[in-house]
Amino acid sequence: MAAIAGGNLAEDVEGQIPSGKSGRPRVRQFPVWRWVILIVVGAYFAIPLIAALRFTGFSSFPQVVHQEGFSAAFELSVRLAVITTVLTIVLMLPTTVYVHLRLPRLRRLMEGITILPIVIPPVVLIVGVLQVAPGFLKSTPYLLALMYVVLAMPFAYRAFDAGLRALDLQTLVEASQSLGAGWRSTLWRVMLPNLRTAMLSATVLTVALVLGEFTMASLDLYQTFPVWIVAFDQTSGPISVAASLLALFVTWIFLLAITLIGGRGSRRKGGAEVSLFSVSRRNTGGS
Amino acid sequence: MAQQTDTVAAPGAPRGSGARPGRPLQARLRSARLLLGVLPFSIYVILGLVLPAVAIAIGAFQDSDTGSFTLSNVKTAATGIYLHGFVTTLGVSVITSIVPGIVGFLVAYAIFTARRGAVLRRCVITASGVFANFGGVPLAFLFIATLGSTGLVTGWLTDIGLNPYTNGFNLYTFSGIVVVYMYFQIPLMVLVILPALEGLRPAWREAANNLGAGTWQYWRYVGGPVLLPSFLGCVLLLFGSAFSAYATAEALTSGSVPLTAIQIGSFLNGNVLAGQQNVGKALGLGMIVIIAVVMTAYAVLQRRAAQWLR
Repeated sequence: MAAIAGGNLAEDVEGQIPSGKSGRPRVRQFPVWRWVILIVVGAYFAIPLIAALRFTGFSSFPQVVHQEGFSAAFELSVRLAVITTVLTIVLMLPTTVYVHLRLPRLRRLMEGITILPIVIPPVVLIVGVLQVAPGFLKSTPYLLALMYVVLAMPFAYRAFDAGLRALDLQTLVEASQSLGAGWRSTLWRVMLPNLRTAMLSATVLTVALVLGEFTMASLDLYQTFPVWIVAFDQTSGPISVAASLLALFVTWIFLLAITLIGGRGSRRKGGAEVSLFSVSRRNTGGS
Repeated sequence: MAQQTDTVAAPGAPRGSGARPGRPLQARLRSARLLLGVLPFSIYVILGLVLPAVAIAIGAFQDSDTGSFTLSNVKTAATGIYLHGFVTTLGVSVITSIVPGIVGFLVAYAIFTARRGAVLRRCVITASGVFANFGGVPLAFLFIATLGSTGLVTGWLTDIGLNPYTNGFNLYTFSGIVVVYMYFQIPLMVLVILPALEGLRPAWREAANNLGAGTWQYWRYVGGPVLLPSFLGCVLLLFGSAFSAYATAEALTSGSVPLTAIQIGSFLNGNVLAGQQNVGKALGLGMIVIIAVVMTAYAVLQRRAAQWLR
């Protein structure tokens, strides 16, 4: 169905190309395939969500919170999310700022290292971690938080990196220091306010990761929210699906709100539009 | 104050060449002090990433019971169902990196070049951030409701006479895994390729057009060569992501398709013969070696990409 919808559209719009050709030569065919791609891919992403919603029915959503084990699992996940986020920011923000300012040559290396957690299988990592972790860590769920910091590195580093690239860091630092500010006050009163958006994106991405991580939690035998969803699936399928859909939508809306707010703020200050992972192009005028 | 001097002096380093005699030691000291700033991060990476990997590499060569050196784990991991597992995993990863790579690139390019597309761009980028982290049982369920034997789309396709299950498709096998993996691979591609697209200057397009190049010529001689290393690098990243996926395949197939990650998981869950626990580590080592090869290629490609994209 998706393909069919896309196909029809392609024919429709192709019929319009000649009219556009005469008017605006440079971008003539471009909008056509753009809409085709976005609609086909959009359908691929939307249809499974619709199918799942149809299966669950909206009545299951309010029931989610009343299920047995929900509050304990959710609480554990939230606690892990908070610890992971704080640790990630404390570790990654100063490191990224430092590398940008003092060791710009290490940026490529940092990028390479922080991409590793995406490609190293979590299932392999947890085998090794369970082998080397000291006993007192293995007996608490907080070992998971420490590992989630590693898993969050790719997202956190990229968010901070994008935020920093949107700033004229050198100038800001020199200006702040020529006004007599020390390093701590520069970091706290100049950088942090400017990196608010980046921090918010990093936070939400980290929270999304922790609330969705299944592999490590299940193999470490702790019942976090995603593990609970799977366990509960045996009892009541529709409600567990409603729970995961709920988590998905809430995260997305949260993330969207953050980038909208953050984007407005940075544009007012004349900065580039900061998106999640990258700085979208500044308006270069031409065209 | 010293720090400030460093910052300012860094670009003009040759200036210091007058002070030759004392310099090597001083320079070395200074670079050592510079590196102190990344020490916490390095320690964390070593403890959280390197040490576990080393532990796996050592365990792979140890006898499960006695702890003495042996090659039998590695031999077992490279034969029979485990070899089959590696081959299947590689097959899944290759397909689910190339196809979503191309689709994700097109999506990223479409939203990147959209005029007045700020809202569209934000929606797609944030959605990508969320969907790239989506997986496991929830994702498996989405597709069971869609393409399972009684799913929504299966019904539609059957109505027009194209029942996927009579045409060689089955959600719970290889073909199903490929379709489902794209759900998190395409968003991941969008996220990782966008920075590269930002390096593609509009001025290049304008220059090419002024010189009389059409769309095809622009892509053949300018845009394509500039973007190719980044594109291939991102595809390798997707390969790694598909290669390491565990929860989704486990939820979808319950182990009926032999994938290495699932086999390792079953070692952790204890469903193995006595005396073979360390075969799981040998499998892990195998995955690390393959990932190392892929990431080396990625690094080389990134270096080439850096020529044009900054």
